[in-house]
Amino acid sequence: MSGGDGSGGSDDVRVDLPLEEIGLSKHFHSWENLYTGQDGLALETIGVSKSFGAVKAVDRLTLAIPRKGMTSIVGPNGSGKSTLMNLLSGTLPLDGGLVVIDEVGLKVVKPYETPQHGLTRTFQEVRLFDQISVWDNIMVVLTERRPFAALLERSKPGHRQKARGILQSVGLWEKRDVMAQELSYGQRKLLEIGRAMALDVDTYLFDEPFAGLFPQMLERVKDLMKQIRDSGRTIVFVSHNMDIVRELSNRIIVLDSGQLLAEGDVEPVLGRPEVIEAYLGA
Amino acid sequence: MTALARRAFQPGELRRRAAAGDVKLWASLLILVWAAVFMIWQGLGFAISIGSVFAIWAILAVSLNLVVGYAGLLSVGHIGFFGIGAYAAAILTSNASYEQLRTEAIPTFAWPFFAALPVSIALVGVAAVVVGVVLNRFRDDIYVLVSFGFAIIAFNVFLNGRGLTRGAFGVHQIARPAIGGWELTGELEFLILLLVFLALTVAVSWLIVTSSFGRVLTAIREDEQAIEVFGYRATHYKLAIWVISAMLAGLAGALFASWTSFIDPNSFILLESVLLVSIVILGGLASIWGSLLGAMAFVLLEEGMRFLPFLPAEYVGQARQAVLGILLVLLMLFRPQGLVGRYRL
Repeated sequence: MSGGDGSGGSDDVRVDLPLEEIGLSKHFHSWENLYTGQDGLALETIGVSKSFGAVKAVDRLTLAIPRKGMTSIVGPNGSGKSTLMNLLSGTLPLDGGLVVIDEVGLKVVKPYETPQHGLTRTFQEVRLFDQISVWDNIMVVLTERRPFAALLERSKPGHRQKARGILQSVGLWEKRDVMAQELSYGQRKLLEIGRAMALDVDTYLFDEPFAGLFPQMLERVKDLMKQIRDSGRTIVFVSHNMDIVRELSNRIIVLDSGQLLAEGDVEPVLGRPEVIEAYLGA
Repeated sequence: MTALARRAFQPGELRRRAAAGDVKLWASLLILVWAAVFMIWQGLGFAISIGSVFAIWAILAVSLNLVVGYAGLLSVGHIGFFGIGAYAAAILTSNASYEQLRTEAIPTFAWPFFAALPVSIALVGVAAVVVGVVLNRFRDDIYVLVSFGFAIIAFNVFLNGRGLTRGAFGVHQIARPAIGGWELTGELEFLILLLVFLALTVAVSWLIVTSSFGRVLTAIREDEQAIEVFGYRATHYKLAIWVISAMLAGLAGALFASWTSFIDPNSFILLESVLLVSIVILGGLASIWGSLLGAMAFVLLEEGMRFLPFLPAEYVGQARQAVLGILLVLLMLFRPQGLVGRYRL
């Protein structure tokens, strides 16, 4: 983040804190630039780190994602996009720092608690429940969470109705009895997005939802994401496709080597020399 | 020729049916007919004894399938819970007057079988919680190895905990159940009791796997990390099904002890656990019917090979294991989902 664009705050709230000491990114220059969004923040990371051996996949990363609308996360390969997604959803444990989901600060993100915080996700490599039916792939996320209550629960009409609605909206109703592993790649992507949609949460993380899709399927995924956005939810997605990033997102976060290179409105950020260099130099 | 028959005899239709789920139908029919012919041929006494052995293996197989087939946790420690159930029932029902005649005394309670049964099952449940909490820390290959370790530890406790189990001497004269004043000493009566408990096991298992809980189990089997993102604590589900499954194995153990009236550690060796896993895979993972069929095929194989004229009696046991081994290899090659299963390892 380059200072001085005055996206929020004023000199009155400037606080001098030893940022490096509390683990904040070097890109986080002052509280002056602290971004709070129009509707508040869906997600924040404060000094979040993750290393794999000697490799710092995410390095003291501090960023903010506004509520509502779509925020895209871009960056060259190995810049830490997917690691960030995994840290936000608790799929990977944090080495340090804080994740703030819906204004609740978490030092440890437990994946099974993220829906309670209003968050769910899809994976970069599609991860369905392969050897159960398409129908059950949706039903399974709708039902009772507590084991003993789940033992006594049979599928309820409400669940079935919802699953039917989801499968119809992703165009897989006809395939409901097929095992998920028998679907085509594009259909698997759709089912995974449908499975996330089945959970009524405020924030959806989509890790490369467009990768490897044919144009027709791509449009379909775009439509689904717009549908989620238009219902007042927040979408955070990772993509390499700059045309889609420009088309869909209203805010962009650029990562490079696990650190924040830039964040802000899409066009100005993509026009910055350091962003262009990171892409062309990669 | 009717239209139906014409269609059935079209080569394409036959191929389709052979390739489609009809393997399930044929496997089921073959084993049922085999069982019926065998029992009629050998007479009622034989049928009753085969039925009893089948019922005990079937309870074990159905219960293990909950863990291996539905939750995807490949445990080879199931025989340990079978043993704990058997010993608990044996000790709780053991009779003081009999023990005084022996050099190695064990505590005697002389409880009626139907009082000892729920307590035995509860004891197995407690043991399963302890073992399950430890096992839940592991996955995949390590999980198999640790469950293997449990089976060995359990066997050694049965063998060396002589103050409780009489070690290699075993526990004798284990009481048969009595309903009112009616003691189930007859083999047919006991078979009916076993079949009632088998039916209960099947019913409980069916209720579990068709509930929301069962669906979550299959999702855990497919991708534990992915289902957690949707708000399910996989460890709680795995522990719950582990304990339920172990308690059903404990039930089988208690019934087994009462049926044979004598148990010693040799009934609970690791090999039995491996055979049990083989039965579950043979019949079909994540299929209750598959476990019933697998148990029946196994018992028929075991008993049937006694009648092969070219096989000396002392080799029957080993030959049965060799045949089972070959069958498993063939299945893994050509039908990895087992005879009637859907899920592939």
